[in-house]
Amino acid sequence: MLSIKNLQARVEEKEILKGISLEIGAGEVHAIMGPNGSGKSTLASVLAGRGGYEVTSGSVSFNGKDLLDFSPEERAQEGVFLAFQYPVEIPGVSTTNFMRTAINEVRNYRGQDEIEPGDFLKMMKEKMQLVEIDQKLLSRSLNEGFSGGEKKRNEIFQMAMLEPKLGILDETDSGLDIDALRIVANGVNKLKTKDNAFIVITHYQRLLDYIVPDFVHVLYKGKIVKSGTKDLALELEEKGYDWIIKEVQAAAV
Amino acid sequence: MAEDNKLLESLTQSEYKYGFVTDIEHESLAPGLTEETVRFISATKNEPEWLLEWRLNAYRHWLTLTTPTWQNVKFPVINYQDIIFYSAPKQKVKLNSLDEVDPELLKTFEKLGISLDEQKMLSGVAVDAVFDSVSVATTFREKLHEVGVIFCSMSEAVREHPDLVKKYLGSVVPFTDNYFAALNSAVFSDGSFCFIPKGVRCPMELSTYFRINASNTGQFERTLIVAEDSAYVSYLEGCTAPMRDENQLHAAVVELIVLDDAEIKYSTVQNWYPGDKDGKGGIYNFVTKRGNCLGKNSKISWTQVETGSAITWKYPSVVLKGDNSIGEFYSVAVTNNYQQADTGTKMIHVGKNTRSRIVSKGISAGFSQNTYRGQVKVLKRASGARNFSQCDSLLMGDTCGAHTFPYIEVDNPSAQVEHEATTSKIGEDQLFYCNQRGINTEKAVALIVNGYCKDVLNHLPMEFAVEAQKLLAISLEGSVG
Repeated sequence: MLSIKNLQARVEEKEILKGISLEIGAGEVHAIMGPNGSGKSTLASVLAGRGGYEVTSGSVSFNGKDLLDFSPEERAQEGVFLAFQYPVEIPGVSTTNFMRTAINEVRNYRGQDEIEPGDFLKMMKEKMQLVEIDQKLLSRSLNEGFSGGEKKRNEIFQMAMLEPKLGILDETDSGLDIDALRIVANGVNKLKTKDNAFIVITHYQRLLDYIVPDFVHVLYKGKIVKSGTKDLALELEEKGYDWIIKEVQAAAV
Repeated sequence: MAEDNKLLESLTQSEYKYGFVTDIEHESLAPGLTEETVRFISATKNEPEWLLEWRLNAYRHWLTLTTPTWQNVKFPVINYQDIIFYSAPKQKVKLNSLDEVDPELLKTFEKLGISLDEQKMLSGVAVDAVFDSVSVATTFREKLHEVGVIFCSMSEAVREHPDLVKKYLGSVVPFTDNYFAALNSAVFSDGSFCFIPKGVRCPMELSTYFRINASNTGQFERTLIVAEDSAYVSYLEGCTAPMRDENQLHAAVVELIVLDDAEIKYSTVQNWYPGDKDGKGGIYNFVTKRGNCLGKNSKISWTQVETGSAITWKYPSVVLKGDNSIGEFYSVAVTNNYQQADTGTKMIHVGKNTRSRIVSKGISAGFSQNTYRGQVKVLKRASGARNFSQCDSLLMGDTCGAHTFPYIEVDNPSAQVEHEATTSKIGEDQLFYCNQRGINTEKAVALIVNGYCKDVLNHLPMEFAVEAQKLLAISLEGSVG
């Protein structure tokens, strides 16, 4: 589904990603871990097409198409979803209105008619249950005055509504208490099918107790320095990142 | 930022949609303004002596005045001798139905999307269409007549209801009020007159579409709306004008009078030609709008969405004379390219327990300057007066300006006056967030701007709110910052 080859990217003059290669197949969940500043969020931003990031080398193919060739909205319309680490507020625009606009844009891109209001409402109800989110919250201005947990749940709700092929969760667990974490993780688990895939970016192993990854990759200084199964995450939890860093440094000598 | 500016530049190509000239024979006066001009206009309309005198007094007063310069806008000196002060579509017979209206004229309305036919059948909105200065079609007259509502052109009101006109004309905005009010009083060509008698709730929204057409024609409209005791009316003014290279002066006067327990809701959607993207051409919109809450428990509510004109200079105001009267002002003012707006309101609290509310949303893009200027004045005897003002500015790009000048004068210690102001920018983060959900940047800007203006748009009648939303999107196409 997603094939990243030797991806290098920089912000202004600073090289952040220094050659990342990653293959993600349908039905897989990949966790990307790593110490602060290793390039985790940059990878998410580059995949989603955020401005200010310059890809200097490498390629990203998504279902056979060159993802880097697409604008951010086209990537979304192709089925890439990013759950933001810091969701923005849009005053005066309700989540409901926002979602209806988004869904219709995506449908339009795919040559489908606008969604019927009745169908939209039904879909809303269904997905609301999935992430245990209150309808009142969805009628309020998008993310305005939401708690950290509410914002993250809203992200997962939007992901449920848009039914992406690839969901990227950028440190969705940061700032969540254990209950919110469980709800968010449950949402993701219910959304998982054999046809879609997830990239779960996290600093801590905690989230992976709830979303069990098929693969775990450790990002350090802009490179994937170690890949493994969920056991790697447990090992990291136990020993921290230092031993990997040492390994890398030893190999470099 | 350089990247944004490039984007902004490349996308700010949304040319004015309503720029065309209707080919209708005009009966125009030669350019220039003298006492003779005033006499000619009055004579053409067969006006009574008292009105001619009033016009002449206004003209003589105007001669003693100089153009005001305190406002935060810049424009070249206007030569009033270059302006045509009267232009009427040639029309020999009086019309009974739309079939008799000049087809060219009807075509113009259709291009504007305000086909009278359609309006008549579908929307139940009575339209008093002002085309260049003279009203050519008035619909639903009879239905309004049944309940005693008078809705006609000002010229007709002068002929048919001279006592009412004489009683109220200039009672809210005297010709001594300001430079442009004096000019308007001297040469006003036509406008709308609306009278809602005691106890009547006007059965439909009244609407006037203004349109400036003939080249070099100053447009001097005069609108007068009177709501007697316990009467109610919702009035909408909507405007478009064709594309012109020369700047065109528009100096209208709108007067509202509400008596005991009466209410006037006055909504404006203004989309006059703003000039091209280099700041060439465009309308000068110098308007005096004021309402007088004469009666106790009376209410005046101004709602405006201003997206057009090269220069906008207007302060729809309310004088709260009656005890417990209420004044409201809800405004969205958008400026793009080289547009300039200096707009706001005045709330003058005279009576006891009077209340006013001001919600102003300014949006600046391109190289435009957008100023909010508002005055809240509480007089000595206005005990218990309350005001709440909220003035927000939204900036798009880094080459525009937003300014706020609130003036607060309180002479009564029991008054409560609150003022809140914010300035924000549409952030790249907000746009990217929308993009990431599949919404392109144009749509995202429209979404964000409409959200920002929601508190004001909510006060427009439903169908006009939809129109206004579209207008906001068109006006800001490409102005991403």
